[in-house]
Amino acid sequence: MKFSLSWLKEHLKTDAGIDEVVEAMTLAGLEVEEVENPAEKLAAFSIAKVVSAEKHPDADKLKVCQVQTKDGMKQIVCGAPNARADMTVAFAPLGAYIPGLDFSLDKKPRKIRGIDSSGMMCSSKELEMGDDHDGIMDLDNGLEMGMSLADALELNDPVIDFEVTPNRPDWLGVDNIARDLAAVGLGEWITPSVEPVKGTFPCPITIEIDANEACPVFSGRVIRGVKNGPSPEWLQTKLKAIGLKPISALVDITNFMTYDRARPLHVYDTSKVTGTMRARLGAGETFTALDDKEYTCAGTMCVIADDTRVLGLGGIMGGTHSGCSEETTDVLLESAYFDPLTTRRSAKTLGINSDAKYRFERGVDTGFVVNGLEMATKLILEICGGEASEVVVAGEVPAPPEPIAFDPKLNKRLTGLDIEHAEMVRILETLGFDIDASGDIWTVSVPSHRRDCKLGADLVEEIARTHGLHQMEAKSLPVERGRREPTATPLQNKIRRARRALANQGLSEAVTWSFSSRAHAKVFDGGDAALVLDNPISSDLDCMRPSALIHLLLAGQRSADKGYPASALFEAGPTYQSQAPNGQAPTIAGMRRIESKRDWQGDSVPDAFTAKEDAFAALSAMGAKVDNLQMSKPTGSYWHPGRSGRLQMGPKNILADFGELHPSVLKALGIEGRVCAFEIWPDAVPAGRKKASKAKGALSISDLMPVHRDFAFIVPEDMGADKLLRAVKGADKALITDVSLFDVYQGKGVDEGFKSLALDVTLSPKSETLTDKDIEAVTLKIIAQAKKSGAELRG
Amino acid sequence: MTDLSELKSKYANLIESVTDLGNLDEIRVAALGKKGEVSLQMRTLGKMSVEEKKVMGPALNGLKNELAALVEARKSVLEGEALNAALASETLDMTLPVTTDTGTLHPVMQVMEEMAVIFADMGFSVAEGPDIEDDFHNFTALNFPVGHPARDMHDTFFLAPDSEGNKMVLRTHTSPVQIRTMMSQKPPIRIIVPGRTYRCDSDQTHTPMFHQVEGLVIDKTTHMGHLKGCLMDFISAFFETEVETRFRPHHFPFTEPSAEMDVRYERVGDEIRIGQGDKWMEILGCGMVHPNVLINCGLDPDEYQGFAFGMGVDRLAMLKYGMPDLRDMFASDQRWLGHYGFSPLLQANLATGLS
Repeated sequence: MKFSLSWLKEHLKTDAGIDEVVEAMTLAGLEVEEVENPAEKLAAFSIAKVVSAEKHPDADKLKVCQVQTKDGMKQIVCGAPNARADMTVAFAPLGAYIPGLDFSLDKKPRKIRGIDSSGMMCSSKELEMGDDHDGIMDLDNGLEMGMSLADALELNDPVIDFEVTPNRPDWLGVDNIARDLAAVGLGEWITPSVEPVKGTFPCPITIEIDANEACPVFSGRVIRGVKNGPSPEWLQTKLKAIGLKPISALVDITNFMTYDRARPLHVYDTSKVTGTMRARLGAGETFTALDDKEYTCAGTMCVIADDTRVLGLGGIMGGTHSGCSEETTDVLLESAYFDPLTTRRSAKTLGINSDAKYRFERGVDTGFVVNGLEMATKLILEICGGEASEVVVAGEVPAPPEPIAFDPKLNKRLTGLDIEHAEMVRILETLGFDIDASGDIWTVSVPSHRRDCKLGADLVEEIARTHGLHQMEAKSLPVERGRREPTATPLQNKIRRARRALANQGLSEAVTWSFSSRAHAKVFDGGDAALVLDNPISSDLDCMRPSALIHLLLAGQRSADKGYPASALFEAGPTYQSQAPNGQAPTIAGMRRIESKRDWQGDSVPDAFTAKEDAFAALSAMGAKVDNLQMSKPTGSYWHPGRSGRLQMGPKNILADFGELHPSVLKALGIEGRVCAFEIWPDAVPAGRKKASKAKGALSISDLMPVHRDFAFIVPEDMGADKLLRAVKGADKALITDVSLFDVYQGKGVDEGFKSLALDVTLSPKSETLTDKDIEAVTLKIIAQAKKSGAELRG
Repeated sequence: MTDLSELKSKYANLIESVTDLGNLDEIRVAALGKKGEVSLQMRTLGKMSVEEKKVMGPALNGLKNELAALVEARKSVLEGEALNAALASETLDMTLPVTTDTGTLHPVMQVMEEMAVIFADMGFSVAEGPDIEDDFHNFTALNFPVGHPARDMHDTFFLAPDSEGNKMVLRTHTSPVQIRTMMSQKPPIRIIVPGRTYRCDSDQTHTPMFHQVEGLVIDKTTHMGHLKGCLMDFISAFFETEVETRFRPHHFPFTEPSAEMDVRYERVGDEIRIGQGDKWMEILGCGMVHPNVLINCGLDPDEYQGFAFGMGVDRLAMLKYGMPDLRDMFASDQRWLGHYGFSPLLQANLATGLS
C-alpha cells in the first residue's frame, strides 16, 4: 500500500516529518518497505529566469540565452524552439545528473558552436516528469528565482510503501492509517465526517440482489448531466504520486475513494444499461472486462448484470460495455459489499487482480457502504457537475461486529505491561472502539472496519502495539532449578554421533532436496503416485524422494563435470514411503565415487568394502554392536546384485544396506563411472538399555598370556566368510576371545570353486596357563565346528 | 712369570685399537677366557706362598677387573659406532606428503545444533514432526481460516489429491509440530522444533525447501515480556556478540499479539555484521499463542498461555557465517562444503563455545 505524506496529513494533523512517520508506523506494526521522495532526484534543479534569448550567430536552431539563476547570471546555449526572454525555467547547473537522459552535465562550461554554455534548461521528459520533449518546461512566472524545483512544483512529498497484513484491510485506506498513527500519539485524527448529498429525483434504475450471500448489500444512485473530462490537478497529482495513472474524472474519483477510504466503487454509463441492475450469480456468460480480457462467469461467481448482459464481476472488475467515456453524461454509482470468500475464489479461478478485489477479499468496512456512496457523489458533483438522484439500497448492510467482553487484567497477564485503565481506554477509543468501562469486565464495541478484533487477546494486541512493544520490559525465561534430563532424544543423539563418525571417515555432509524427479524416484523403487506433488516447482523436483542417495549422486556428477571427480558425500535426512506421518523415515545415506586416488605409498580406490567400513563406523557410533549383525542381501533393486550387503538384527530389523550401486541405476541418473554407497536407518538401531546406574561394571582381565593359533580352512567359493568366523568363535565361547581373518586365497593348491580362509584364533585363559592338552582339545572343537559350517581344514 | 703391568698394557692397547666387535671378543677370550693369559696366571696362585698370594691375588683380580671394564667400555663404543653406521643408512624423506581425509558437517546442521544448545540451557527440548502434513495441522488448527488471504502468503506445495479430492501439503512452516505437541502433551511445554519446510518459491533468497526452528512455551504465567527476553537472550548467544534488537508488532494468524524482531547490522564491504550498525534487519516472527489455537488443541485459554516463535535456520546460518547465496546451501558442491562446513570434532556447547 502506497500513500504520500501530504495525503496522510489530510487525515492526521501533525508536524511530524517523514522519518518520524516511518518510525511511528514501524513501531505500530505498519511495516514500511520503502520510502521514495521524488524531490531527491530533483535536488540539483532550481527555478531560473531567462533574461534574453538571441539567435546563435552560427546556428539557426540554437539560441544564446542569458539566464538569471541562483548562482548568478549564466549563459546557456539552448536548442528549444520555445526558449524566449522572460521565461521561467527549470535550471540544471554544470555537473548535474539529468535523470531522463541518464547522464551528467560536464563540470566545465562547454563550447557549443564556439559559444560557452554553462548549464541547461530542462524539458519535462529530461526530468522524468512527462513526455514533452519539444521544448523546455515553461513554468509559472510567479515562481521565485532560486527556489528549488521540487518545492516549486510541490514535489517534495515522500511516498511510503508498507506491508498490509491480511488482518488489516482497513489499512488499505489512508484514513485508517492516520487513525493508528493518532493512537500512538503522532498527531490528531482529523478525517472530516461524510456529508450526505440529498437526491433531487428518484433513482430511475431499479437495483436488485439475487445472491444475498455473495452480495448482501448494493447501494446506488444515478447522477445525470456529468461532464467526464480529465480530473483536476490535485487529484491527478495524488494518484500519480502513488503510481496510478489518471484516466478520467469519474474513474479517478473511484480510485481516490479506494485509496483514501479503502472503499472501492463502480460507475456505470447508464446509456449502456438496459433495465434492472442486478447482483446475481454467474450463468456461464462471457464478458469483456476493463483489462480487455474475456472472462466466463461461473455459477459460483457474483456478477452485476442488467436485463441483457453481464456488466461486471462484482467487487473485482467492471466490463468495457458499460464503462465511462468522455461522452458519458449519466452514470449509476455503485457502492456494495461483496463477500470476501466469493470474491477471492472467483478472482483466483479467473486469474484476475484489481485494487477492488484486493480490498473486498480482505473485507471492506460494512459501515461505510452508504457513506462511501455519499462521499463519492459529493466529489462527482464538485468535479463533474450534474445532479444526483436519491439513494437506493438493495439488501441489508451486514450486522456490526459483536462487542467483546474484555477483562482489562488480561493485558498484563498476556504482555506483562502495566498500563493504566485510562490509557487503555484512550488507545481503544482513538482506534474507533466504544468502551463501557463501568464494570470489572468492560464491554468493548468493535467498529465495523475492525472485524479482525473478536477476542480479548485482539484488544490486548491493539493496546500493546499502540503502547509500543519496544517499551516492553524484556524478562529472561525463568529456568527451573534442579536436575534436568537431557533435552535431545536418543534418536537425535544417535544421528548426531553417526554424522560425526562419517565426517571422520572422510565424507562431507550435504543437505539436499526432499523431492526428486519422479523418474529418479522410480529408479530407487519409489515414485508412488501418492507422493507426487500436485504443483511442483519444476519437473526435476516433482516427487518425494525414496532415498537420499539420488541428489548425492547427482551432486557428485556435477562436481565431476567441473573437474572434481572424487566426491564423497553423506546426508542425514528424511525419505518417504507414504503420505502418513509414519511413512517418513530418517535415513543416513552416503556415497563415494569410485575414483582411484594416486599416492606415492600406493593408490587407493574406494570399493564396496569402503562403503561397509563407512556403514560400520556410523553404526558403531550409534551404539550398534556391529560384530553381531547378520548379513544378507539388500532387497532394493538399485544395488549391485553381487557387490552389496544388508546388515540386520533378526529377520525384520534392517539397519543398513551398503555396497556398489547397480550400473544401470547410475546410467539412468546420468552418473558416469561406478559408485559405492550405503543407506542406514537409525530408527532400527536398538537404543542402549537404560540401566539403573551409570557405573560401567567391574573390569575382569586375566594376567595370563593369550595364545594364538593359526588355521586355514577350505570353503566353497560362494560361502560367506562370516559363517566360518561365527562357527569358529562359537567353538569355545569362554576361551576364544577373538578370531581374525588374515588371508583369503584362491588359486594353486586350492580346488576350483573353493577358497582358503586363514584365521588367527586368540585363546585367552582365565584361571591357569593352557597346557598342550587344553590347546589340542580346543583345536579339535574349532575344526569340528568349522566342518559343521561347511569348511574343511586345509591339509 | 710375565710382568702384570706388561700384560695390562698389552691388552689395554689391543682393546684400544680393536675396531670390530668380534675381534674385541677374541681379545677378551685371549685375556680373560678360561684359557686366557690372565686366567692362566690366576691358576698359578694355588702354588704360591701365603705372602706371595697376598700380593698377587689382589693384583691379578685387579687386572682382571680392569681389563673386563676396558672391554665393556670398548664394546659400548663399538656398539654405538655400529648403530650409528646402521642408522646412517636408514634415512627417509620426511617431506613426503601424507593425507588425512576428514569430511565436514553442513553449516545448517551446525546451526541447528547451536540453537538446540542455547535453548536447552533455557529448558527447551527438541521435538520433530512429519514433513507431509494435513490441512488441519498446517493451517486450520493454526487459525488460518479456510479461504483466508493469509494462506496465500504461504506458497504451499500440495501432494496429489486422494480419491475424495483432499490434498496433503508439504508443511509450509514447522508450526504444525506445535499443534501435535499441544495435542499430545500436557503443559508445561517448552520445545523447539527444527526441521525442513517447503514453499513453492525459488530465487536468490528463496529455495523450495528451507529450514525453520519453531519454539513453543505453554504454561500458566509466561507472557510477552518473557518472549522478548527469551529471544534477546537467544540472539546474542547465537551471534556470540551483543546484538541490539528491536521488537515491533506484526501479524500472524496463530499468535495474538504478534511481533517481529529486528537486529542491528552494518555492511563492511561484502560482509554483513550483525550486532551494531545503522540498519535493522528482520530476523524472526513470534507472538503469544492465539486463544483459538489453544482451544483447537484442547487447552483452555483462560488457564494456559504462552508464546511461539519461528525463524529461518538457513538465513541465520548465512548471516552468522557469511554464505552469500542461499541456493548454494543445497547444491552439495564439495568445495563449498569444505569451505563452509564444520569439523566433526566440534560439538557446540556452552562450556567450550558454539563454534
